Amino acid sequence: MAMLEVTDLHVYYGVIHALKGLSFQVEKGEVVALIGANGAGKTTTLQTLTGILPAKRGKILFEGQDITKVPAHKIVEMGIAHVPEGRRVFSQLSVYDNLRLGAFTRKDKVEIEESLSMIYRRFPRLEERKNQKAGTLSGGEQQMLAMGRALMSRPRLIVMDEPSMGLSPIYVNEIFDIIKVVSEGGTTVLLVEQNAKKALSIANRAYVLETGNIIMEGDAQQLLHDEKVQKAYLGE
Amino acid sequence: MNFSTFMSFVSYLKDGISLGAVYAIIALGYTMVYGIAKMLNFAHGDVIMVGAYISLTMMTKTGAPPVVALLVAIVGCTLLGVTIEFVAYRPLRKASSPLAVLITAIGVSYLLQNLALKIFGAGPESIRDEQKIISGSPVVLFNGQLAISRITILIVICIIIIMCALTWFVNRTRRGHAMLAVSEDRDAAQLMGVNVNGTISLTFAIGSALAAVAGVLLFSAYPSLTPYTGSMPGIKAFVAAVFGGIGSIPGAMIGGILLGIIENLAKAYIPSGSQVSDAIVFAVLIFVLLIRPAGLFGKNIQEKV
Ligand SMILES: Nc1ncnc2c1ncn2[C@@H]1O[C@H](COP(=O)(O)OP(=O)(O)O)[C@@H](O)[C@H]1O
Ligand SMILES: [Mg+2]
Repeated sequence: MAMLEVTDLHVYYGVIHALKGLSFQVEKGEVVALIGANGAGKTTTLQTLTGILPAKRGKILFEGQDITKVPAHKIVEMGIAHVPEGRRVFSQLSVYDNLRLGAFTRKDKVEIEESLSMIYRRFPRLEERKNQKAGTLSGGEQQMLAMGRALMSRPRLIVMDEPSMGLSPIYVNEIFDIIKVVSEGGTTVLLVEQNAKKALSIANRAYVLETGNIIMEGDAQQLLHDEKVQKAYLGE
Repeated sequence: MNFSTFMSFVSYLKDGISLGAVYAIIALGYTMVYGIAKMLNFAHGDVIMVGAYISLTMMTKTGAPPVVALLVAIVGCTLLGVTIEFVAYRPLRKASSPLAVLITAIGVSYLLQNLALKIFGAGPESIRDEQKIISGSPVVLFNGQLAISRITILIVICIIIIMCALTWFVNRTRRGHAMLAVSEDRDAAQLMGVNVNGTISLTFAIGSALAAVAGVLLFSAYPSLTPYTGSMPGIKAFVAAVFGGIGSIPGAMIGGILLGIIENLAKAYIPSGSQVSDAIVFAVLIFVLLIRPAGLFGKNIQEKV
């Protein structure tokens, strides 16, 4: 049984049919990339997984449990954390308070402190800026905060929506290094990216999304060398 | 300016602060609901009136002492506020137009007024001295040049306590942080595990409990109660909230107090001021908004890198 199993997922915005019967799986321990052009439906997919958008049809199983109708605020407790597109840190709150909100559903005080020092070890810049308002951080730092905040819930599956969007190349590399570390730490990763080359280079498997349909899937290395993928998504 | 004209100025100022502090307590409810639920709850003023009626009824029908009557009013208004949100506003939360919920709020306001009219009659009701939340002779200073009533002192103590408690709650507690998170980004807050509906209910509960306090204080300070009593202070408190920067807690407090002071000084020093004081209040609001569109303490949205 896969950790995450999505079957025949249909999602609408009013009359706009945004996801037209997606099916895909993520196995425990994998890094799976979901790539596709702007408007393909990547964000919609992730938002439906974590309950922000309702599915019109289809089924989402996580660790064998049906989570299709579970409301967004109950998802994190089930073990899924979502790093949203555009980071969405709480700009009026301090870095520290943002991280604490990441652990909102956890009650274990001592272990929360441990998680916090683990995050600070992984992102030393967040510790340096812990009392600063999140809105004053640079884009790259905000992305680290969004990832740190998600990790504070100790997820078994982390879904990330375009973590490299709008970042300078140095930050992009740093973010992808961190994703690798997170994955090696035992967290399963579902990664949405427009930066297909980077995403495929760290993923085990990948799905290619086009206007609400999966048009290709397979081993990431294989897709990286596929002619059609190179033409359409890798700009070669 | 001689000493006695100065003392009469101080006296007007003191009355302004006292009235303004009540506006501030009401404005806190407006501003918190706006900040977190992103709606203007125009029925908020009428919850004040309900609070005053509950406490009066408790005292006349059961002989409860004023403090007990206040506590019952707080509980009653909290339940009322949460119920209004659940029945009238929540079903409209995903409505496409924000006008729907605004019009519903106006409807709820009329509903409360008319229910009160049906149950309590047109009034006006008054209360005896011993039924006031605080009674007794005023505190006299400067050889009788300045008298401060006990209710004024109590109101000022209340606003200080409420302000400290709310600031602590919002900035220092887990639930408070959840409120700030919902106010800034509802979806992101949900992803943290925050229940948005629950957080909005809590906000209505706090706002309505404060409305009960304001209602009882107002009725003790100005003992005349009708089903329409809450409406004007409600509108003034709304102005105060906008004046201070809607969504801002310190803004509501400063806005309320400034409004009370402006209103009272206008009544005292401008010819036929008591007729035009409300017009002056609104003129000041317009002036402030022209200079600072977000209000005195309004947040300017930060540009993200
Ligand atoms: N809030 C919305 N209202 C209407 N249509 C939307 C909305 N959000 C996205 N869409 C549409 O749904 C499709 C998928 O969008 P999205 O999931 O954001 O794509 P991606 O993340 O791959 O860029 C697009 O055609 C987009 O125009
Ligand atoms: Mg997207």
